[in-house]
Amino acid sequence: MSRIVHAFTRNVPKWQPRVTPVKLDEASDAQLEALQVTPSNTKVSDYVLVLAHDFETLKVRSPLFNAIMYDPGGLSRSERELGAIGASIVNRCIYCAAVHADRHAKIEQNTDVTDRIFAAGKDADLSPRDKAIFDFSLKLSECPPKVAPTDLDALRAAGLSDSEVLDLVLSTALFGWANRLMHVLGDPVRNQGERA
Amino acid sequence: MSIFKTTAMSVAGVSADSPAAEAVLTRVATLDMNQAAEDAVLTPVEIGAWSHELRAAFAARIAQLNGDEALAQRYAARAGDIAALADPEAKLAIPELDHVIAFMDKVAGQTRQVEAGDITALQEAKISDADIVRLVELNAFVSHQVRVIAGLRLLNRSDR
Repeated sequence: MSRIVHAFTRNVPKWQPRVTPVKLDEASDAQLEALQVTPSNTKVSDYVLVLAHDFETLKVRSPLFNAIMYDPGGLSRSERELGAIGASIVNRCIYCAAVHADRHAKIEQNTDVTDRIFAAGKDADLSPRDKAIFDFSLKLSECPPKVAPTDLDALRAAGLSDSEVLDLVLSTALFGWANRLMHVLGDPVRNQGERA
Repeated sequence: MSIFKTTAMSVAGVSADSPAAEAVLTRVATLDMNQAAEDAVLTPVEIGAWSHELRAAFAARIAQLNGDEALAQRYAARAGDIAALADPEAKLAIPELDHVIAFMDKVAGQTRQVEAGDITALQEAKISDADIVRLVELNAFVSHQVRVIAGLRLLNRSDR
């Protein structure tokens, strides 16, 4: 038996799909190509197998995701993760928030920032730069987005260059996308008895 | 395609000599891939149950729910006979689509409230799992695109 996780946590749960994933041994050539399955890489998560139902989108989405989150230059890795976390809080995607809070803590070798965010949400007490980044990501993630010129002023006052702001926009927006996949198409779960 | 001809740049008004150009030119490959993603959700070869026109209409509707009139108009122009679906205020009666429209509005606007029952309802209406994933990818991409454009517009203001 498994139970659904409803509270924000850095302890990454399992993702349980609400639709049936593509079966790897029944996948078409086009699906296999989008899945990037090769003889040496046959481990594919349920999440990616669910997305393989729309292989044309998956094929372009994976490299775009990697570019936005990992390409060198611009905003730091952990600050891009902060944008992802802000979006995941607004959309209440427990799974995405866990994965990216865990990454943030590992990159920074410190759990302080994500502890504060999970404890106080939008009122979290953060450094001025982290606060400006986190606030911006929360506002951009609302529907409709609530960013105003004063929010850009706040980012610049906190020391962000325009290319760093663009990276923050991209990583936050990307999680408007990822949250809608993860939170809508599956549940974050733990086995009974497993630590919360 | 020139980076400045992509949907995101066109709708945000970013050109080679506008204020956001310098930042945009640091991420040309990324923004090219962003356009490829739009093409994949709006005009795929394997459409499943959702025609290119219906996808454009849903994209316009999601842009409208996000308050982006310019993006909504750009997508609605590709929606053919069903462009009226782009207006969330219009009470369209398309009985076979009513539950899909309600689902799309919820995923775009009340994302945090989506629950397992919303997916089950689509499955009970005989919508295949592949078609559900197609709907969610379209919705999720447009929600992303709206926010990319909102950020570009801020960076592109001339009163800096």
